[in-house]
Amino acid sequence: MAEQEERRDMYQTIDGNQAAAAVAHKVNEVIAIYPITPSSPMGELADQWSAEGETNIWGSVPLVVEMQAEGGAAGAVHGSLQAGALTTTFTASQGLMLMLPNMYKIAGELTATVFHVAARSLAAQALSIFGDHSDVMAARNTGFALLASNSIQEVMDFALIAQAATLEARVPFLHFFDGFRTSHELNKIEPLDESVIREMVNDDLVRAHRARALTPDNPFIRGTAQNPDVFFQARETVNPYYDKTPGIVQEAMDKFASLTGRQYQLFDYIGAEDAERVVVVMGSGAETVRETVNYLVDQGEKVGAVIVRLYRPFAGEAFVNTLPATVKAIAALDRTKEPGATGEPLYLDLVSAVVEQLGEGNTPFTTAPKIVGGRYGLSSKEFTPAMVKAVFDNLAQEKPKNHFTIGIHDDVSHTSLEWDGSLSIEPDDVVRAVFYGLGADGTVGANKNSIKIIGENTEKYAQGYFVYDSKKSGARTVSHLRFGPRPIHSTYLIESANFVACHQFSFVERYDILSLAEEGATFLLNSPYGAGEVWEHLPRSMQEQIVDKNLKFYVVDAYTVADETGMGRRINTIMQTCFFSLLDEITGEPLLTKEEAIREIKEAIKKTYGKRGETVVQQNYAAVDAALSHMHKVDVPAEVTSDWERPPLVPAAAPAFVQSVTERIIAGEGDSLPVSALPDDGTYPSATTQWEKRNIAVEVPVWDPDVCIQCGKCVFVCPHSVIRQKVVEPAALEGAPDTFQHADARFREWSDHQYTLQVSVEDCTGCALCVEACPAKNKQQPKFKAINMAPQAPIREQEVENWEFFETLPYKDATEVKLNQVKYNQLLEPLFEFSGACAGCGETPYLKLLSQLFGDRTLIANATGCSSIYGGNLPTTPWAKNDEGRGPAWSNSLFEDNAEFGFGMRVALDQRIVAATDLLRSLRQEIGADLSDAIIFADQVAEDEVVAQRGRIGELKHRLDEMLDDEQYAEIRPQLQNLHSLADALVKKSVWIVGGDGWAYDIGYGGLDHVLASGRNVNVLVLDTEVYSNTGGQMSKATPRAAVAKFAAAGKPLPKKDLGMLAITYGNVYVARIAMGASDRQTVQAFLEAEAYDGPSLIIAYTHCIAHGYDLRYGLEQQDAAVKSGYWPLYRFNPDLEIEGKNPFQLDSRAPQLPLEKYIYREGRYRMLTQSAPEQAERLLELAKADVQNRWEQYERLSRQEPSGNGNK
Amino acid sequence: MDLTTKYMGLNLKNPIVPSSSPLSRHISTLRRMEDAGAGAVVLYSLFEEEIRMESKTLNEYLVQGTEIYPESITFFPEAPSYRMVGPEAYLEHVQRAKAALDIPVIASLNGVSTGGWIEYASKIEEAGADALELNIYYIPTQSELTGGEVEDIYVEVLRDVKQAVNIPVAMKLSPYFSALANMSHRLVDAGADALIFFNRFYQPDLDLENLEVVPHLVLSESYEMRLPLRWIALLYGRVETDLALTTGVHTAEDVLKGLAAGATVSMMASELLENGLGRIGEILADVALWLVENEYNSLDELRGSLSQVNVAAPAAFERANYIQVVSSYGPGYV
Repeated sequence: MAEQEERRDMYQTIDGNQAAAAVAHKVNEVIAIYPITPSSPMGELADQWSAEGETNIWGSVPLVVEMQAEGGAAGAVHGSLQAGALTTTFTASQGLMLMLPNMYKIAGELTATVFHVAARSLAAQALSIFGDHSDVMAARNTGFALLASNSIQEVMDFALIAQAATLEARVPFLHFFDGFRTSHELNKIEPLDESVIREMVNDDLVRAHRARALTPDNPFIRGTAQNPDVFFQARETVNPYYDKTPGIVQEAMDKFASLTGRQYQLFDYIGAEDAERVVVVMGSGAETVRETVNYLVDQGEKVGAVIVRLYRPFAGEAFVNTLPATVKAIAALDRTKEPGATGEPLYLDLVSAVVEQLGEGNTPFTTAPKIVGGRYGLSSKEFTPAMVKAVFDNLAQEKPKNHFTIGIHDDVSHTSLEWDGSLSIEPDDVVRAVFYGLGADGTVGANKNSIKIIGENTEKYAQGYFVYDSKKSGARTVSHLRFGPRPIHSTYLIESANFVACHQFSFVERYDILSLAEEGATFLLNSPYGAGEVWEHLPRSMQEQIVDKNLKFYVVDAYTVADETGMGRRINTIMQTCFFSLLDEITGEPLLTKEEAIREIKEAIKKTYGKRGETVVQQNYAAVDAALSHMHKVDVPAEVTSDWERPPLVPAAAPAFVQSVTERIIAGEGDSLPVSALPDDGTYPSATTQWEKRNIAVEVPVWDPDVCIQCGKCVFVCPHSVIRQKVVEPAALEGAPDTFQHADARFREWSDHQYTLQVSVEDCTGCALCVEACPAKNKQQPKFKAINMAPQAPIREQEVENWEFFETLPYKDATEVKLNQVKYNQLLEPLFEFSGACAGCGETPYLKLLSQLFGDRTLIANATGCSSIYGGNLPTTPWAKNDEGRGPAWSNSLFEDNAEFGFGMRVALDQRIVAATDLLRSLRQEIGADLSDAIIFADQVAEDEVVAQRGRIGELKHRLDEMLDDEQYAEIRPQLQNLHSLADALVKKSVWIVGGDGWAYDIGYGGLDHVLASGRNVNVLVLDTEVYSNTGGQMSKATPRAAVAKFAAAGKPLPKKDLGMLAITYGNVYVARIAMGASDRQTVQAFLEAEAYDGPSLIIAYTHCIAHGYDLRYGLEQQDAAVKSGYWPLYRFNPDLEIEGKNPFQLDSRAPQLPLEKYIYREGRYRMLTQSAPEQAERLLELAKADVQNRWEQYERLSRQEPSGNGNK
Repeated sequence: MDLTTKYMGLNLKNPIVPSSSPLSRHISTLRRMEDAGAGAVVLYSLFEEEIRMESKTLNEYLVQGTEIYPESITFFPEAPSYRMVGPEAYLEHVQRAKAALDIPVIASLNGVSTGGWIEYASKIEEAGADALELNIYYIPTQSELTGGEVEDIYVEVLRDVKQAVNIPVAMKLSPYFSALANMSHRLVDAGADALIFFNRFYQPDLDLENLEVVPHLVLSESYEMRLPLRWIALLYGRVETDLALTTGVHTAEDVLKGLAAGATVSMMASELLENGLGRIGEILADVALWLVENEYNSLDELRGSLSQVNVAAPAAFERANYIQVVSSYGPGYV
């Protein structure tokens, strides 16, 4: 036991973010941050530690502040540094781009600081949250030193080395490591003892840093403006500092080595002393290169690698002297792309260093080696030993390919190198375990614990990496766990596993689970079928793999165990226990006895859940204890017996692109798509979610026509647009399937029609919001409503058939229905469907409504965030189109610029209208005065007027086509062609600027404010979840007082910003505050008015969210409670009313009638505080109540004030 | 006037005890109760089921949606601790109440499992409570459960708790036992240091508009005191334990009636919730005044004077009383 304790102290199993944050928190006084994937956990951990009172090495608790944007964070860092505090920040990608201006300043002023960056792709043809070096490379000219860490251990080590070096060098450091691969990989490391940190950080230098600070006690001026006479010279003053920096870093590395035994060099060489082929690389890919070089050297190959640690300032001489004298060919590997350059940055640096040093006679070789550059690993693309070998093979060529790519198949520019996918260099003594789980079943969490158990309780080294889905509901996770006798440097996914676990039986129907299983591997399947019957429920290919690969096959009915022990759908600890019990079989050696394993699992449970109460702990213990008795070995038959195969993932009816490209991505085989398969400018077809039937709901809604009152509320609220209603003529129902349900229509206009309501059960996520929304109860048994949840599997086949038939029936169009009534407008076709949003999402119903009301003429500018992810993340996207081919045109620019992006769309449209109108006027005679005038003077307010204009434009284009064919108009052909291309602009277009509160209240507020003030006709929809939902619940300025969020662990102390009121002060902005769960009528009214208003409109929509901490099926009820409590008063401010002499401000909800606590304490975000800090909760509740009262009084006053009568437009 | 009294062996300066209610959630309110003159206080109940529920719910919302999408691996910050998912917050409250008050502090416990009753009772004792009230809120809905078995459950819980702790233990009863007299004897045999009449269950209401069952909280009225009053009067002098009156005590007259029926203490909550803690002092003054005016020398003189064993017409507490009342309703009342 003592030995084990010692080991626990000596080693930690953590991820890269934690490793960086651990050091940063120890050596800084101020930390200014802003969340961005994949760096967010660094800020969150630092904040958590400060909240817990953890001190830095000087005994003070670092102050962690969250800013409104990365630009703000960088500004705060700059200011804090100028005022003398040791200051840091964490960021990535676009965040780093926003910091660039300040980075030049910080470096120009020779200010010691370290920024820790989880390097990530920059958005180009698409956003990507995954890792590469395009962000840090874009910062290489800021004057920051760039230091690269390749592994979790190095992240911790280099975070400290960078800090030590920056204080001495006065050059600021950007310490970076690869996003996800390093920031999120768990690995066993030796943590730094605080004494080492103390020893490395020189307090004299800290005091010198402080002494350089601005102080009125010794005033000076810094940040002057300079003129042509001196700027240049002043810019050159810093050179000596840069010259000295590499030496300072090396000294710090040497000192570090003397303290820890871990020696690093500016450039580390690995491989054969007489290597002829050398690869130069930095980042996590270096780990794979290291592994492969060692393997190839063992095979007798003369290869080596230079691992770049300090990239800037680039020490050319040191680099060249790292190379062996025998080197003949060098390949520089860049994890970034610089289109149009003569090569990527590392390659160019290398070429110039070699040429320069050769000229100086400073090289170990006399003949210049061949140098080529290549790109790899963009957006965390896999980089495997086989690929490294291919790079070495290329270098062995007489004329190696230059500017190559590795890891993709480039059949367009033919840049790619081929590699041998079957090459595996992983040794047998490393256990490689792969687990397929569902996000909601807890698989990843349990595997994180397993890695820690093995890493910290045995002598084995351990590594864990987790691959998540692109959807937020029903998402699949794949966990890759390795452990073995040596530190694990494999920075790529497991390619050949000796253990495969499938935690969801439904996956066997969808995925090739066993493709990674190696010969003789162990396969554990969570199966509702026992050992005796499971075989017949497997597809043929799976049976074949089990037989051919001679797999050992186990089943456990984890859901039964979970059910019996009160674990619900969490099967994590059950599966974990089974895994540990099979460890002996997998490893062939006793690693942990069964008793030890169970003890450690329970220890981990206690650690993970202990704070949440004994009940949860005991429940998990019970699940662990019950697990093994439910696991059974399957006697694998010698013969394959199954006669069925996994069905195709998309139907044959899908468009060609979906069949050939999308389907491969859905199947998880996107890596194999060649360059030519992908669009070159990021343009993808709309409406593709309809082809991906995910079948993720266990229970789905079932309609009871006898109880239904045909109100449309379930259709209205359905976040995934899977419930739809239609009113059709009875004749249309001929040929309907037997089980197709319908009833006499309860619509006055269509009393002789039939009403039908249909659920697409394959697309449903089972959130049950519809059931809660349904106002109609079964009189005999009020537990049943007009819509009720029932198991999906038994009705799937019949409902698929019914859905197909339903789709053949016509929708009503906007001219036929009363748009302002839910009952009617829910007869319109949604042009937003089946998104990957969370089950029960509060945002998507608003977007669906938007698509129903104006979808066929809407352009959407979508801020980065949840809505850009479920709205635009491949493989399939939800924005759809109608039978005429019209639908919302959607795009995402960035997070911070969305208002401006949408504004740009508006001005382009406005300009096109002007151009088209001018042309039309000038061609009036030729085209015909009637048609031209009708178009020019069309009033497109009502829906039928828009439709009429569309008809006229059709006519115009037809006329233009005729004229273009007519020789008599040859002279004006260019004008005719121009008008033809501009004509559609004359049909009213609606621009919607959509985003969350993180965008609207914080990072994008400056732009939003400007766009609202512009007077242009744009519509802004703020989906206010009151936190940064997409990045994991960080506080925004929309976060309400008393709610817990990240960066507000003790409850937000200050009230929510009143964005609506800020906009109202302009006087010419239409503003509405809505909550569909409180008033669907007011919600619809607000959308219609905002769109109709000829000027800027702002709708702030209450949006329930998974980050609020309750079962989202009650989302609407909570919205209603928010309004009833007075927390979220509904109002509309319509400047048009003022022109009519009316009060523009209309309150649409009543005075507070529900105590605030009745609303807020049903949500985890508020309730947590009553559990963790009851006194604080009570204090904040009182203040929050006062907020409600004050706000109500303010609104009430506004609603009663006399209109000025002159308008404000 | 000497109003001191001994309840479960504890010395009380008077027989008025604020019963278990949300009023006891704040130490400052408890202090005000003492200042207002309360003889002792009963704290709100530690509900084992609530603790379990809090723990499960907290865990549910902390894991909900986590480890699904790579950008939002978690949604909430980790708090250093959660005090409401275990008994800690309650125990701390007991400790703080003890430190803040001179009058006896009686804790209240509502368990669900045998282990829970014993564990929490012991912890409450360790926290310093002067006495413990067992608040068994049990609706025996299972059709196979007999009345005898239900009674056994009460007796066993009491016996288990009594074995686990040394502080006095009171049993708060429901009025729904078939044989309350026998039940009282059994509980006294099992060690009950006091019997409290009665636990007032909130009865749900039906919402016809929405076809729902709705929780409904109504404060007590004085007339509701009749039932416990009757049973205290019936049992006084017949069981060897202290009897406490609760439900419907609103006025000095109510307190005096309780005493006359045989109650050692009178417990009140509705009156204090409705009209403030100042009522304690007012009632006490009225009680004292009445005793003086009516020339009583001590509380003991009044206590039990109108119990069944002491009244002139004992049958009035029994069936005869019912017949008389029913027959007094003539056609005029219909």
